[in-house]
Amino acid sequence: MRDVAIIGVGMTKWGEIWEKSLRQMFVETAYEAIADAGIEKLDGMYVGSMSPGLFVGQEHIGALLADYLGQKNMPAGRVESACASGGLAVKCAFLDIASGNSNIILAGGVEKMTDVSGDGATYALATAADQEYEVFHGATFPGLYAMMARRHMHEFGTTRRQLSHVAVKNHENGSKNPLAQYPFKVTLEGVESSTMIADPLTILDCSPITDGAAAVILADMETAKKVARNNPLVKIIGIGHASDSIALHDRPSLSGLEATRLAGERAYKMSGKTPEDINVAEFHDCFTIAEIIVLEELGFCPKGKGGEFTEACNTHIGGKIPVNTSGGLKSKGHPVGATGVAQVIEITKQLRGECGDRQVEGAKVGLTQNMGGTGASSIVHIMEVL
Amino acid sequence: MFPARIWREFPQRYRLEAVKNKDTGEVYFPPRYVSKDGKKFNGEKYILPDEGKIFTYTVIDVPPSQFKDEAPYVVCIVELTDGTKVTCQITDYQKEWLAIGKKVRLEFRRVQTDAHHGVISYGYKAVPAE
Repeated sequence: MRDVAIIGVGMTKWGEIWEKSLRQMFVETAYEAIADAGIEKLDGMYVGSMSPGLFVGQEHIGALLADYLGQKNMPAGRVESACASGGLAVKCAFLDIASGNSNIILAGGVEKMTDVSGDGATYALATAADQEYEVFHGATFPGLYAMMARRHMHEFGTTRRQLSHVAVKNHENGSKNPLAQYPFKVTLEGVESSTMIADPLTILDCSPITDGAAAVILADMETAKKVARNNPLVKIIGIGHASDSIALHDRPSLSGLEATRLAGERAYKMSGKTPEDINVAEFHDCFTIAEIIVLEELGFCPKGKGGEFTEACNTHIGGKIPVNTSGGLKSKGHPVGATGVAQVIEITKQLRGECGDRQVEGAKVGLTQNMGGTGASSIVHIMEVL
Repeated sequence: MFPARIWREFPQRYRLEAVKNKDTGEVYFPPRYVSKDGKKFNGEKYILPDEGKIFTYTVIDVPPSQFKDEAPYVVCIVELTDGTKVTCQITDYQKEWLAIGKKVRLEFRRVQTDAHHGVISYGYKAVPAE
């Protein structure tokens, strides 16, 4: 396999972007990544998007976006793995290059979620759970994660307050990210007294509905060195990907995320790194409880201790392992298909030293963890700056 | 919702029909055609027990549109006496009673309706059994 580097990143402001269409958001973002890489032509493109069909009634966006990006005729397609679609696009791009099939590939993600009502968005998102045996009975995504949270509290004594610490920390980080959808700070009491969505999760435990896109350009190392301008090269050194039962009730344990543990093990093995080597990480905090469980499954703290570990400020910037310096899904926003790509962008910028107020000093190795549904898909990337 | 989609789930939703893997003793609900470790197996029809305990639960305050009139309602995962777990709603309960470990029984109930003139879907809901 050939070595693969990230040579360009592009991301525009996330939020309720009513004035821009899916294609416009994507093309602006993708063009920014192409400009950042200093290239003109792509060999191909993978776009992660969970459900453009349900959100804007448009499928077949691979060809559509390739055309509007002025790259007609290149191989282009959409990949889907629910909220892990973006991570999957990066993995596909990596494999395309590592195999020798292509030299320069764009991995992008996009979701346009506010062209439908809240009900429409809830329906589209719920398609990532088991329609016939979970959603049929009235389960929602916050509800499914709430049932995981209650189990984690029951088995390990995780507290309501510890969940709040995740939201407070991620909003604190997000307040330093000008591209974040909700760049404001929240308080512990504010999280706990906000509107209840699915007990014990309040609205400030949940990631929002967001319009947004993100894009990275990957290239083989030889090409990367040739075209690289002043950007330090960031190499993808590990990829892990795993799946699990889509229905929560089919899993022996609800207080863990097996696919995330397996994806982590596979990425650590491929990269030769351990949790101690990671300087900065982006986790899939679709709900506060998710960040706590992912900390445990990726080996940053013992099983059951994610709440305590968070409360002790270990995941703050300046802590043992800064998590979600971008603000995470919580504050930065969660346009589902774009999230996995945006995580890779944040880590690339951290490793390049471009994060300003939220920079983790001296970060050399970073990790992203992106997951779909209630964790039935999980993709971990490990990156190192050269 | 297209009626065939509801109709084909009747054996599971109305009668709790599962499949037992005679080679390993595992129970699959809904039925599976290949075992969990990817093997062909000898299966037999098996009816799930209708008693179990609350494994975990949540109170849904913000519901999907077809459950608008019912919120807040409780969704739970029940661990049945044979170890099989199913997701469903809990009904006919008192708020103070609700807790992990409480005994419940699955009953045949109306689950949802598809708008004003659509199909009414029935299935199982859990009720207190202690």
